[in-house]
Amino acid sequence: MDQPRIVPNAAVSSAPGELDVRRRIKYEEELDHAFPNRIAELAHGEKFYSCIQCGTCSGTCPVSHYMDYTPRRIIAMVREGFRAEVLNSQTVWLCASCYACTCDCPRGIKITDVMYAIKREAIEQGVYPKRFPTPVLANAFFNQVMKDGRSSEGKLMMKVFLGTNPFKAFGNMLLGMKLFFTGRISMKSERIKDRKSLKALLAALDRLKEAK
Amino acid sequence: MSNNNKTPRIGFYVCHCGHNIASVVDVAAVAEYVKTMPGVVISREYKYMCSDPGQELIQSDIKEHNLNRIVVASCSPLLHEHTFRNALEKGGLNPFYFHMVNIRENVSWVHTDKDAATDKAKDLARAAIQRVWFHKPLEKKSVPVNPDVLIVGGGIAGIHAALTIANAGKKVFLVEREATIGGHMAMFDKTFPTLDCAACILTPKMSAVKSHPNITLWTYSEVEKVEGYVGNYKVTVKHKPRYIVEDLCVGCMDCIDKCVFKEAKFSDEFNQGLGKRKPVYIPFPQATPQVVLVDPDTCLYLKTGKCKQTCVEACDRKAFDFQQKEKFQEIEVGTIILSTGFQPFDAKRLPEYGYGKYPNVYTSLEVERLVNASGPTGGEVVTRDGNHPKTVGIIHCVGSRDEKTNRWCSRVCCMYSLKLAHLIKEHTHAEVYNFYIDMRTPGKGYEEFYDKLLNEGVHFIRGRVAEVTDWTLSQAEAGKLIIRVEDTLIGAVRRIPVDMVVLAVGLEPHHDAQDVRRLFNISCSSEGFFLERHPKLAPVNTFTDGIFIAGGCQGPRDIPDTVAQAGAAAAEALALINAGHVELEPNTAYIREEDCSGCKSCLPLCPYTAITFDESKKKAVINEALCKGCGTCVAACPSGSIVQNLFEDEEIFSEIDGLLKFDFSCCKPMEVNHA
Amino acid sequence: MKYLYYPGCSLKSTGRAYEESILAVFKTLAISLEEIDDWNCCGATAYMAVDECKAFAIAARNLALAEKQFKDEPEVHIVAPCSACFMVLLKTIHYMNTHKEIGQNIRKVLSEAGLKFENRVKIRHPLDVLVNDYGMDNLMRAIKNPLKGLRAASYYGCQTVRPFESFDSNRNPMTMDKIVQALGGQPVDWSLKTRCCGASLTGTIPEVGLRLSYIILHEAQQHHADVVVTACPLCQFNLECYQKKMTSAFGHKIDIPVMFFSQLLGKALGIPESDLGVKRLFVKPSKIHSGQGGKRVYV
Repeated sequence: MDQPRIVPNAAVSSAPGELDVRRRIKYEEELDHAFPNRIAELAHGEKFYSCIQCGTCSGTCPVSHYMDYTPRRIIAMVREGFRAEVLNSQTVWLCASCYACTCDCPRGIKITDVMYAIKREAIEQGVYPKRFPTPVLANAFFNQVMKDGRSSEGKLMMKVFLGTNPFKAFGNMLLGMKLFFTGRISMKSERIKDRKSLKALLAALDRLKEAK
Repeated sequence: MSNNNKTPRIGFYVCHCGHNIASVVDVAAVAEYVKTMPGVVISREYKYMCSDPGQELIQSDIKEHNLNRIVVASCSPLLHEHTFRNALEKGGLNPFYFHMVNIRENVSWVHTDKDAATDKAKDLARAAIQRVWFHKPLEKKSVPVNPDVLIVGGGIAGIHAALTIANAGKKVFLVEREATIGGHMAMFDKTFPTLDCAACILTPKMSAVKSHPNITLWTYSEVEKVEGYVGNYKVTVKHKPRYIVEDLCVGCMDCIDKCVFKEAKFSDEFNQGLGKRKPVYIPFPQATPQVVLVDPDTCLYLKTGKCKQTCVEACDRKAFDFQQKEKFQEIEVGTIILSTGFQPFDAKRLPEYGYGKYPNVYTSLEVERLVNASGPTGGEVVTRDGNHPKTVGIIHCVGSRDEKTNRWCSRVCCMYSLKLAHLIKEHTHAEVYNFYIDMRTPGKGYEEFYDKLLNEGVHFIRGRVAEVTDWTLSQAEAGKLIIRVEDTLIGAVRRIPVDMVVLAVGLEPHHDAQDVRRLFNISCSSEGFFLERHPKLAPVNTFTDGIFIAGGCQGPRDIPDTVAQAGAAAAEALALINAGHVELEPNTAYIREEDCSGCKSCLPLCPYTAITFDESKKKAVINEALCKGCGTCVAACPSGSIVQNLFEDEEIFSEIDGLLKFDFSCCKPMEVNHA
Repeated sequence: MKYLYYPGCSLKSTGRAYEESILAVFKTLAISLEEIDDWNCCGATAYMAVDECKAFAIAARNLALAEKQFKDEPEVHIVAPCSACFMVLLKTIHYMNTHKEIGQNIRKVLSEAGLKFENRVKIRHPLDVLVNDYGMDNLMRAIKNPLKGLRAASYYGCQTVRPFESFDSNRNPMTMDKIVQALGGQPVDWSLKTRCCGASLTGTIPEVGLRLSYIILHEAQQHHADVVVTACPLCQFNLECYQKKMTSAFGHKIDIPVMFFSQLLGKALGIPESDLGVKRLFVKPSKIHSGQGGKRVYV
């Protein structure tokens, strides 16, 4: 998909001793008016067009006060085609899928599904900080399950630490040992017996996708 | 076979309707084609048949050519059937010798193939020509209109309608199910945007109702049964027992003083459960009529039979009557106005706002009673734990604009929330926060009222409140209720500790609105409000002639619009009464007595309960005035003894025959397989 | 009635105690529980972020396997203790039935793997099965060691009650509280029963995840809870395993046992602690003591 030309927030004046002033106007050419349809399709026709911007989602979200753009703003930006801002925001990576927004939305919009759709779009477009844990975890999880049919938490955590910040692994070593000694973690792989049928299932899906 | 023993002399007119029909249908060809049909004397095309010259054309043709049937092919009968029937009448012909063919909505407006459209128009015209020959002369039936009016519901709508009609010299029965008239308006403290005292402007009207010679006021009464039709309704009213003889009581309230219950201890409904009353009580000081009543669920004597009855002793008018029973009374009226009002949304349905869980969460109606000088706290705003709040949060849109509860906007909550913000601030000098999604101020003076509030230092935060919680995060929040909300305009998630939360609950139909509307045989919308005949052009009429609706029962609205609607309903009723009689469409069904076998199959089928059974003759009888001509009984009658005017078998079959006739000249003979 | 059992990956590792206690409890109450043969991972929340279709497909494989295992039953009840598995399986059935294209695609690929989905499955949470199927009266009769007024704060987490309120309300659920009461305990009336613990954020964005879990434990302590009982392996992990980190990060001592409700239930039914996975707990229940009593303390 073609990325729209993004005009950077170039500094207008930022020499030492001066205010860091930037030109922030948004032109229509920078927006991607096919973006809302793309997200609607990924979230299977989600009716975020009905959003009245009431802010209940942001009000009930337990992590909204950490986000650069609250869920409500994300929906507004998706509708107007602010593709770059949405995909580059931290919002979707902070979302813990607690479904509080989906349950409280007065328009019945499945906001969690919209977040998942944006996550999938971002991962597909490769738009996220290089060693950010969430997509690394998602990909590692995905690959493990595709191969073995089950996830092996010990190996998974190792993969995540190596893929993001190996030093974190050391920080969590005490925790890891405690888990090991209480029998709550092992390094062995969990596998299903009939891996063939799972492979067939996933291959059939790939074929379905190609056919579209 | 023919009905006048005269040969048919049919006049046919096809209308161009400007470009609407003529641009698709070849109207000249249609006229030419029809001219060839047997019985057709005149076949014309004309630019605008509904115009004066067009109608005069019909009239002059009738006279000149001695026509006895007319067919017009033009627009929808819903628009101009009436026009053309009048033209026939003016031309000296019975208006029901007319049939109309729709070649606009059914042909030119929906097809693009001109040849096919023209063929279709010809087919439809042919069918009509064949049908109209079998039309019979019919007379519109005229029924008198009883000049008395029944008004159900004694809120501001019912009161205003009653006074208007009574002042016009007509007799009104005003039936109210509560013990006093006044409705919800009597509970309010001040009204927006003028901040008029609600009771001060309402009570003069209430006493006018009581003292008006033309108004019969029945409170603590309900409508039990409704029979009849427009102009002639027979209504049974049930009077619930007050255990007081109304005419004797003067409202001195000595009985309440002397009741064996020294302290009031029962939940006071008028004060929304915030105050207490005794078993013998008056709803509020200015209740009309000024008569007390006894609550059978809490009165010691009525529950146990054992009581000193100090109340009876105290009453020097001897007005008590514990033997009183339900009484039924039948009245006859010509028109009915329903002004049964609304009920507030039950805030318990939204557990996230903590109503019923946290004692300091109130509904707007409860706060109306708190700020009211005649309320349970004498106008002092104190929370249930006895404190004066220093911060108050008012949450808009509770139960409204929400897929999970009510989808509509309740129209008045923004305005009354502004009003309550003002009153609360006036009484307590607290910090007041209004949490809204949109600020809806459409009426006269409403936007100016919003501006006034903005300048009073009320905090307006645009954000729908997600939850009210007692989970606190700091010393500043200790002991308070926390409102978590996104301030969408500033762009920050905020936690606001408040002492008191006011929920601006929306308006919805009464819980028994369905039962009421079925009693009166009217429709309701999908939301449950009574349905108007047309949302723009007939807001107070219903689909049942003679029954009108006004006020909150039709949809959420403020007092000015309610009064306007009540006046409109009164005017509609007066128009009917003034006309003196109503003309009924003659397309009703009738029973050929000699053919009726008395099987009674038709009786339960009639949606308008127009069919009754004559026990002496053992035959079914159709009440012409109630019959709406739906045709159900006609189709169902096993002996075919029910006939419908304008839709008799001959008329329908000849029309079908006309449609099916095919002009074979245009195609080659078909190979027919005789196997 | 007999039930199928879907453990999910977590119950075989960090949530081992949950499986041990659930199996022990169901065995003691003689409720028939049969593990689904060769079940695969449900996909939890991580899969949905990469490929939605595949996520539904692998979840649906389990549903088809379950129907195959109980091929003669008109209704197949699957007990899924892990709340993420519970929610994902419910979501799969729901979306397959409400979105025509998804239902068609999944059914097609299942058939290519030799499986069939007949919509006979019903996903049940063990709380639902115990309170609504087995019944409170039967439960009370089976109790051997009542809890003697133990103050237990029931923590439901998100996905047991959202987005599908399949057996309890999403704001103020009571099923676990009912069990606590039946066991002789004192359920704590608090407002954070369903507030998110942070889920995987404690691993990916610890600054945020840790605080979310801390808030829950702090509030439970403020309400003088003796123990927090949960129904989700990730919640239990988040709430239990970082308590020392929370104490140092937020300067306020967090020290409260976090158990699976089935462990508490098992103790009351007289099942030995060794069968309930009690040794796997980080904060030992023998250290149960009242939370910070007296004045409410703020950070």
